[in-house]
Amino acid sequence: MKTNFYKLLFAIAFLACFVGLRAARAQEAQVGKLTGHPDQGKQLYRRYCIGCHGPRGDGAGENAPYIDPKPRNFTQATFKCRSTPTGTLPLDSDLYNSIGRGFDNSNMPSWAPLTDQERINLVAFIKTFSPRWKNDKAGAPINVPNETPVTVQSIQHGHDLFQKLECWKCHGPEGRGDGPSASTLTDSNDQPIRPYNFAEGSRFKCGATNQDIYRIFMTGVDGTPMPSFADVIQPNDAWDLVHFLRTLQVNREGPERALLKSSGTKLQPIQASSGGGR
Amino acid sequence: MQALRACGAILAVLSVSAIITAAPGAGTVTGKVTYTGTPAKAKPIDMSKEPTCAKQHTTPEMTESAVTGPGNTLENVVVYISAGAPAEASTPSTPATFDQKGCHYTPHVLAFEVNQELKVVNSDQTSHNIHPLAKINREWNKSQPPGTPPLSEKYDKPEFISVKCNIHPWMHGYFAVLSTSHYAVSDASGDFKLPNLPPGKYTLTAWQESYGTQTQEVTIAGSETKTVNFSFVAKPY
Repeated sequence: MKTNFYKLLFAIAFLACFVGLRAARAQEAQVGKLTGHPDQGKQLYRRYCIGCHGPRGDGAGENAPYIDPKPRNFTQATFKCRSTPTGTLPLDSDLYNSIGRGFDNSNMPSWAPLTDQERINLVAFIKTFSPRWKNDKAGAPINVPNETPVTVQSIQHGHDLFQKLECWKCHGPEGRGDGPSASTLTDSNDQPIRPYNFAEGSRFKCGATNQDIYRIFMTGVDGTPMPSFADVIQPNDAWDLVHFLRTLQVNREGPERALLKSSGTKLQPIQASSGGGR
Repeated sequence: MQALRACGAILAVLSVSAIITAAPGAGTVTGKVTYTGTPAKAKPIDMSKEPTCAKQHTTPEMTESAVTGPGNTLENVVVYISAGAPAEASTPSTPATFDQKGCHYTPHVLAFEVNQELKVVNSDQTSHNIHPLAKINREWNKSQPPGTPPLSEKYDKPEFISVKCNIHPWMHGYFAVLSTSHYAVSDASGDFKLPNLPPGKYTLTAWQESYGTQTQEVTIAGSETKTVNFSFVAKPY
């Protein structure tokens, strides 16, 4: 009886080890029905990515000295565009979308010309550069609830939040990226970095829909001065802020600006002196 | 089977006796941290961009990369047992508190244990963003407007983490996340004290934010008090 019991125990332990090892080795990426394979991603990486991101994935490729902002260092596993909370790993789909979208205001182009399968293979390979992908799980994505209606009150309240939460300290009273702290900002690798200029009209880095804007101040932009507001803004307030931020995009005609114009609403200028100096 | 039981019994007796002997024979390490050479001069911080903070200080806050005292002493040096101490059985239940007051971190260097709760408080009338630049642990960055409740966080790996507020670039501090409960931060006169050390041979490490680390060996027998002093070579930049 006893020997049988030990045999069983041994078998269970063996199986557990085997399954555990398999799981640890399976460095794959999954988005919907697509499964990415790192060995195939490696070939693509060597062809398309190595010049900037470097053979070791540390962002020190041969083009890197001439590029600003610097190419991403994948060994740090810190990513700007996530749907997950600050300090957590992104979802595979976040990396997949970033590769497809590219990054405006940087040298990273859109890789939409690659096939879906090629992009997911690249995601799988990028995940081999940091052990964090084996040890940590991706964060739980931040929920983006249904958008509230665009109203004058909503925009007005968003304006008050922009003042109160001191977004203007970096982004400037008119969202031109010229707030009192703007000139001192550096990213986590001590490189100078500029806050987003809403008035300039360039596309948002992590997606251009209202949902993307909502998400960006909830997740924060990890590795940069932009913090997460997930613990301090309620969903309705967050939508109000999104509606106000849209009005700062003076080169973009959207429903928010149109509503302000048609209703003849004049928003008070943001008081840069009420919370801090000039 | 018999042998196994005997082993178990011996182990149990040993561990009980270890606990009994450890309690009364607790030794202490004390010491002073000093420097030689020329440290960087502390410079006054200009907080005029944040009037709510500036008006809290009658004399300007000074930079803290090397806080010195009379007799060449060094404050804010973390001294801890880096090897030789028994593994910690539990983490402290009281949180370590990091306060943002007058656009200044109090304390400048906060030492706490792995997995101990870290509480970050904003006592100011302005928004701060608390941005610990962790390299081994996960890096996060959170906004904390005035009046919001304290943030609660944890770190699961030992690391010295530089902390900054991007909105107020002069704000700078450190988290010393340690895997031991035997640590101290040197006070205004450079003194530190590590009590309750069971007899044994230890490696003592001292860490200063600008001058790096130093180690020394110390052996504690019984309930003696040993003096271990550290001296850093200060650099003017």
